[in-house]
Amino acid sequence: MNVRLYVWQRATAALMVPLVAAHVALIFYVMGRGLTAADILGRTRGSLLWACFYGVFVTALSIHASIGVRNIVCEWSPMNEKNAGRLAILFGLFLFLLGMRAVAAVILP
Amino acid sequence: MSEKQDELTVSLWRGGKSGSYQIYRVPRRENQTVLDVVTFVQRHLDPTLAYRFACRVGMCGSCAMTVNGRPRWTCRTHVSKVAKGGRLQIGPLENLPVIKDLAADMRPFFEKWQRAKGAFKPSRTRQEAIAQIRPDTPARMAADAAIECINCGICYAACDTVRWDAAYLGPAALNRAWTLFNDERDAGNAERLSAVAASGGCHACHSHQSCQEHCPQSLNPTASIAALKRRTAAAYLRGRIAR
Repeated sequence: MNVRLYVWQRATAALMVPLVAAHVALIFYVMGRGLTAADILGRTRGSLLWACFYGVFVTALSIHASIGVRNIVCEWSPMNEKNAGRLAILFGLFLFLLGMRAVAAVILP
Repeated sequence: MSEKQDELTVSLWRGGKSGSYQIYRVPRRENQTVLDVVTFVQRHLDPTLAYRFACRVGMCGSCAMTVNGRPRWTCRTHVSKVAKGGRLQIGPLENLPVIKDLAADMRPFFEKWQRAKGAFKPSRTRQEAIAQIRPDTPARMAADAAIECINCGICYAACDTVRWDAAYLGPAALNRAWTLFNDERDAGNAERLSAVAASGGCHACHSHQSCQEHCPQSLNPTASIAALKRRTAAAYLRGRIAR
């Protein structure tokens, strides 16, 4: 890992600390109140706030995880750094698309 | 010196990359070091045994070997401390090629020292006055805390990241870079920061702290590397390292 990837991974980790805390708090809130899927969708659909919250979350997570996967592949497989980087980009894009699809499902009306 | 009558059962690595452990019986003595044991085998039992040592007093850093699974400086390691049940297994340092028997090839270790810009780059000529260095500045104290490295390679052999990543510079080279980074007489910090910020540099460290655990000089290379991470990240964000 070089300093550029290090800064990106640490910055996205720092960004995710409050987001993860809010996400977990949200889960407890939803479970505690016994909200149904319809209740949740009623609050999230068309909400710019939730779109931004989970959009940023998914983006930060995709960057953070793909850098981590790149490091693991570099250290634990014979793959060279260039190919590990390519694989990590594909993995990051996969996570991003998967996450954004989920965000769209709860945000878009 | 009184001598005990019992013997040590000593397994020594024989061969190069491929080889095997061979067992020798060595008399046990008071205040015997692991280096004494190896020397006894070479002088009395098998003169073809290859190993490396020089000062015998913990200064030169040339006698490091793997003793019962841990890298140690053999000249300052007493047999009584490490020989459980009168048994010793001694091999060459790990994470380095083996030349023969107990002698590891230290070239990769010192090549990485150079890649980390571990050579002092003077900022003054010999015609100029000698720099006055205050011992109580934060930079000098940081350098002093890390400067007593004897280049034994024990931290390098103990490092998991070195084992996984052949390009990783390793704890000793990065610790050296940190001491020079804090040396106000040195003029090579721009290229040193770039060298340790590149792939295989300080950011590859996982902070397992094996280097600190095994360092015979009780240095803390992990702390030096962590400091380098902070300095390189700051330099990168300020645009002082190529993006």
